[in-house]
Amino acid sequence: MATQHSRIAARFMVAPSVGLLFVWMIVPLVTTIYFSFLIYNQLYPDRQGWAGFDNYYYFLTDRNFLQAVWNSVVLVVGVLAITVIGGILFALLLNMPFWGQGVVRVMVIAPFFVMPTVSALVWKNMFMNPVNGMFAHIAKGLGLEPYDFLGHAPMASIIGIVSWEWLPFATLILLTALQSLDSEQQEAAEMDGASWLSRFIYLTLPHLTRAITVVILIQTIFLLSIYAEIAVTTNGGPGTASTTITYQVALKSLYDNDVGGASAGGIVAVILANIVAVFVMRMIGKNLEA
Amino acid sequence: MKMTLRALLGATALFTLSGAAFAETTEITVATVNNGDMIRMQGLMDDFYAKNPDIHVNWVTLEENVLRQKVTTDIATKGGQFDVLTIGTYEVPIWGKQGWLVSLDDLPADYQKDDLLPAIAGGLTVDGHLYASPFYGESSMVMYRKDLVEAAGLTMPDAPTWADIKKIADATTDKSKEQYGICLRGKAGWGENMAFLTAMSNSFGAKWFDMDWKPQFDQKPWADTLAFYLDLMTNDGPPGASNNGFNENLALMQQGHCAMWIDATVAASFVTGKDSTVADKMGFALAPDNGLGKRGNWLWAWSLAIPAGTQKEAAAKKFIDWATNPDYLALVASKEGWANVPPGTRTSLYSNPEYAKIPFAKMTLDSINAADPTHPTVDPVPYTGVQFVAIPEFAGIATEVGQQFSAALAGTTSAADALAAAQDLTTTEMTKAGYIK
Repeated sequence: MATQHSRIAARFMVAPSVGLLFVWMIVPLVTTIYFSFLIYNQLYPDRQGWAGFDNYYYFLTDRNFLQAVWNSVVLVVGVLAITVIGGILFALLLNMPFWGQGVVRVMVIAPFFVMPTVSALVWKNMFMNPVNGMFAHIAKGLGLEPYDFLGHAPMASIIGIVSWEWLPFATLILLTALQSLDSEQQEAAEMDGASWLSRFIYLTLPHLTRAITVVILIQTIFLLSIYAEIAVTTNGGPGTASTTITYQVALKSLYDNDVGGASAGGIVAVILANIVAVFVMRMIGKNLEA
Repeated sequence: MKMTLRALLGATALFTLSGAAFAETTEITVATVNNGDMIRMQGLMDDFYAKNPDIHVNWVTLEENVLRQKVTTDIATKGGQFDVLTIGTYEVPIWGKQGWLVSLDDLPADYQKDDLLPAIAGGLTVDGHLYASPFYGESSMVMYRKDLVEAAGLTMPDAPTWADIKKIADATTDKSKEQYGICLRGKAGWGENMAFLTAMSNSFGAKWFDMDWKPQFDQKPWADTLAFYLDLMTNDGPPGASNNGFNENLALMQQGHCAMWIDATVAASFVTGKDSTVADKMGFALAPDNGLGKRGNWLWAWSLAIPAGTQKEAAAKKFIDWATNPDYLALVASKEGWANVPPGTRTSLYSNPEYAKIPFAKMTLDSINAADPTHPTVDPVPYTGVQFVAIPEFAGIATEVGQQFSAALAGTTSAADALAAAQDLTTTEMTKAGYIK
């Protein structure tokens, strides 16, 4: 039980780090907001001044905007679904005692350490390529027509690549959670005649909720900023089939050199991400309150 | 103790003074791309230091797109990080016009400005001033498998038409053997599929804009270009072509999957190199035409330029003179052989009998000479640039147009819809940028 004094002291103690974190966050944010209201195209230094809400207007009415928002949502939800479900299954599997457990665990985690650009290149050229890729060879071996993954299912392919990268992370977090599961409770339930499924639903899953929440929250933050995988594999195409908000902002700054427009896009992305965060927190955030 | 300290201090002071008096070393920073020729130059710097002991060069080597972004930011914000920039033929006319570059008209006589290939020099000249010195230049050409064309009972002319290409592609395609008549770029991007398609459209009489900067995607020549490209690629191209850029096509060609490939002339040294399974079977021809007076080949040169406002202009000029002087070509040849000399910049290189022995040397020169960046299209246009339009908005617009055309190639949209979308988005962007009143 903390006294009034010790609580006040604690607040003073944490104040510097909180202040530093606040500055860390607020300076780039304010700069971006400032730029987003400027006419600021690097290739036209003579055009200057306040743009008002023009940058926002152009970004929000861009013909690709709605598609980009939708693609971002599909990417995040798709990868989350695959990694959480797959992560639980992998964690259950790896939690069982078997020979060579240590080596297998390290191998399962390995994809997480491959750089996004590298794994995207490997997937694109060695697996999904309809001429040289492994999937094409398997399809041909079975007498089937090779499928052009990135051409005909670009979003699904990118979700696949990103899921492969993030599955180890989910597995790792969920596995550690599983290891803290009380085995006596499990045994008791087993003796009472609970089936494997009921034990999973009523004991394992509730135990994992907090870990799942952590996985979802952390992954959402990183998945919203996926860029390298898209740039390496499809360049946002064909058409705009795999253009996300992040990629759209990058196009604005990289090719148009339109700092104002890109900043406005960045702020829009921040607002959208916050909306998502509010929903995610509402839905599952209560699990984090101990 | 005290004495020692004092002596030491004195010695240090003296040393500093003498150092300052003797070597007034000027440090210059050079931003460059990570391609083979540029990396090779960094290994030959001893020659430069021997000739210019008072200059020290710091390198900043970056990937192409990152370099473009960094250099643009630096020059637009007058950051002054770099004293020499490596930029392409797209940037030079735009930046020259903005007054961002130092004119190189006063390089010493032994630089031999008249020796530069006219097409290349033309692309780097704005209002009569040379704003960048070409380090290496390239065009595009047809690279083909002599054995496959011969087996089909056909011959590749030195200057084929698009009809020839279509005929050969049809005859050499055997999808059951994973052998495709033609491999072309399809991945979206202004430097990927749009570089090829814009150059190709020139030979079909198409253009990006008319004299009033009105986009021309709703006109027949563009419809013809896209229809021909889609027909060729659907029937004779490899699957998944909508994601194939330079590197993907290079891999397909080297593994023997393609009978023809139309791409950068620098690729000739790769397809005849040691990584290629078909090195001894390669032939080369000019990019195709349609009898309208323009060929479907592009022109590009990585060039060295000096940003306006640098304090070290004199040292930067000395460096550029060294790196792009005819003597540098001789230096590379003496150390690494003629095949490794940066190609495509000087007439004298191609009149050198040693260099002429390289199988693709003549076709590279002919391709470069066949491109005219100042008059790129059949009809008059208000812009310069062969596979691009030298306006700042082009990279952004062409990337979006490229997405549309890549979707048409993937079959997710029709050619007509892609052209309509291209027309619409280009009109919007050009209106926003103030070209269309």
